[in-house]
Amino acid sequence: MRAASLERFDGLADRFLADIEPLKEAGALVVGIYCTYAPRELVSAAGALPVGLCGKKQAPIPAAEKTLPANLCPLIKSSYGYAITGTCPYFAAADLLVGETTCDGKKKMYEFLGAVKPMHIMHLPFATGAAQEAYWTQEMRRFKEFLESATGNRITEDGLREEIRVQNEVRRLLARVLKLSSGACSPLSGLDMMAVSEAKSYVADPRAYAAMLRDLAAELEAMARAGQSGVATGARRILLTGCPVGRGSEKVVRLLEESGAVVVAAENCSGVKSFDLLADESGDPLVALARRTLCIPCSVMTPNAGRLSLLDRLTEEYRPEGVVDLTWQCCHTYNVESPMVQGHMLGKHGLRTLHIETDYSEADTEQLRTRIEAFLELL
Amino acid sequence: MSSRVYGIDIGSRSIGLVVLGEEGVEHSLSVPTTYDVLKQCRAVLEGVSGCLAVATGYGRKLFLKEFGVPGRFGRVLDITEIQAHALGARALYPTARTVLDIGGQDTKVIAMTPGGKVVRFEMNDRCAAGTGKFLEFMATALQTPLDRFGGFALGADKRIAISSMCTVFAETEATTLMALGERAENIAMGLHLAIAGRVQSMIGRIGCEPPLVFSGGVARNPCIVRLLEEGLGMAPLIPRDPDLVGALGAALHGKALLSKQSSLEAV
Ligand code: SF4
Ligand code: SF4
Repeated sequence: MRAASLERFDGLADRFLADIEPLKEAGALVVGIYCTYAPRELVSAAGALPVGLCGKKQAPIPAAEKTLPANLCPLIKSSYGYAITGTCPYFAAADLLVGETTCDGKKKMYEFLGAVKPMHIMHLPFATGAAQEAYWTQEMRRFKEFLESATGNRITEDGLREEIRVQNEVRRLLARVLKLSSGACSPLSGLDMMAVSEAKSYVADPRAYAAMLRDLAAELEAMARAGQSGVATGARRILLTGCPVGRGSEKVVRLLEESGAVVVAAENCSGVKSFDLLADESGDPLVALARRTLCIPCSVMTPNAGRLSLLDRLTEEYRPEGVVDLTWQCCHTYNVESPMVQGHMLGKHGLRTLHIETDYSEADTEQLRTRIEAFLELL
Repeated sequence: MSSRVYGIDIGSRSIGLVVLGEEGVEHSLSVPTTYDVLKQCRAVLEGVSGCLAVATGYGRKLFLKEFGVPGRFGRVLDITEIQAHALGARALYPTARTVLDIGGQDTKVIAMTPGGKVVRFEMNDRCAAGTGKFLEFMATALQTPLDRFGGFALGADKRIAISSMCTVFAETEATTLMALGERAENIAMGLHLAIAGRVQSMIGRIGCEPPLVFSGGVARNPCIVRLLEEGLGMAPLIPRDPDLVGALGAALHGKALLSKQSSLEAV
């Protein structure tokens, strides 16, 4: 049984453009963001509209490969492909872009993107610590000034604090919805969970989104109390980790669920990675934003021990029976971390990991199906 | 209702069928897959009847979709190649601990416990490097029939290294060597060495407990067998029909299910 409130999330991405139309007409700028490090709170506090642009589909990749090398991660190629083919309405709607210097491929791609639209780059440090935090706070300030001059609006401390509060609330609610999958019978499939959390990139009004999440959580909690499940009984519980996944690049999640498993928690960026990292709602909001984002356990960080502790926590809470570590082809940082993840999950939790390296094409679907089914047979 | 069970392994190059009756294997057969997989399946199943079919191989889902409706073939199930090869290899060699299967487009290494349970497996990524496809491609490039390619390579008088594992680049490398006047046998040996090296590193990742069963069509290639034996320091066990191991395993899976069911009914 699928929760009825899920339908409202299905259409969000499609409604977004219509929803922002009046706001754009009233003069609001749209700012395209690419990754979890982007402080969408700052964008909103400047009276602008953040929209997620990360490329998740295969379609624009051939166009991107005319400029970018073929052996680059599909996420980067897809993002760039969308930018140059004019086939992504969200990209078309964006007035400005913001990128962070995360992995090498992405940051070099941003140099090309800068020729397509006005682009602001935030220089991300690759470690946590006081010096890095001070530096990253300074980058937050630079982004704030960029937004102020682009929009002509001043970002006030109170305004920013209010946006932080709203985003924290969204994260708390997402965590509450996800939490329900920790029960024996999950009321939510992994694909549905993905759609719900992905919708946060496409909401014109985060407050309305929070209200939808609240309704969904209430409905799911009622389902769980009544013992109603959104997935087949006996489905193998899988913890997904690795590169971000979304609508268009959900191949592996879909294959897992078609093969009789359920993704009970996704550790990656499109999943839980930063749901429980809340920004401090008092004090200097720029510091709060810098502090929050700097501890995101992305593989571009070094060392990145946070990923393992997050996996530990998710393992305890969601009791997975197996781990799937998904790496997009040529994503060096996640690929290199893979043996570490496998060793850790087996050594500490006795859990097997299936490492999958693939891209957005469907070329290897049947081969992946075999590997996934065989992996599930082993559990 | 007969208790005849059959296993069908639909691979990229060949389709294997094994029919198990009360007394064991009643019938077996292997045909090329061709571009019309379902037509070949129908041809293979001509005149065969039973109460349970188990499909494996890359075409197993297609088979399930087409023949899954209850009818002449009774119930139809599917299992992965990994399980099928493990089951088949254990039936032929009850102490087997590792299975290497080099098929038309996949290479798999499967590790089993002493009791025969699959514990780990490795499979090549999507590209055909190190698979039967690679050999087929190279045999064509060197104008040698595929079934004689291994023997041809064994006629080499020196070992040259082909560094590319990519099918396309390896062909380029082979062509370059030909242009330099290198003997075709030596080039063929170089190509075999490249595959054997790749397979060995896959085996290395999993750890190879003897006995090792070598299944799949490439097990018929004497040069690959010789090189693996040298590299691993052990002789792989090669079934009489290496390309029917998957189909045999699938059929055995069906048998096991049947006997489980009848023992349940007996209770
Ligand atoms: S994985 Fe890292 S670089 Fe990629 S979107 Fe997430 S935070 Fe950004
Ligand atoms: S998936 Fe990996 S390579 Fe691709 S953008 Fe993210 S961190 Fe970079």
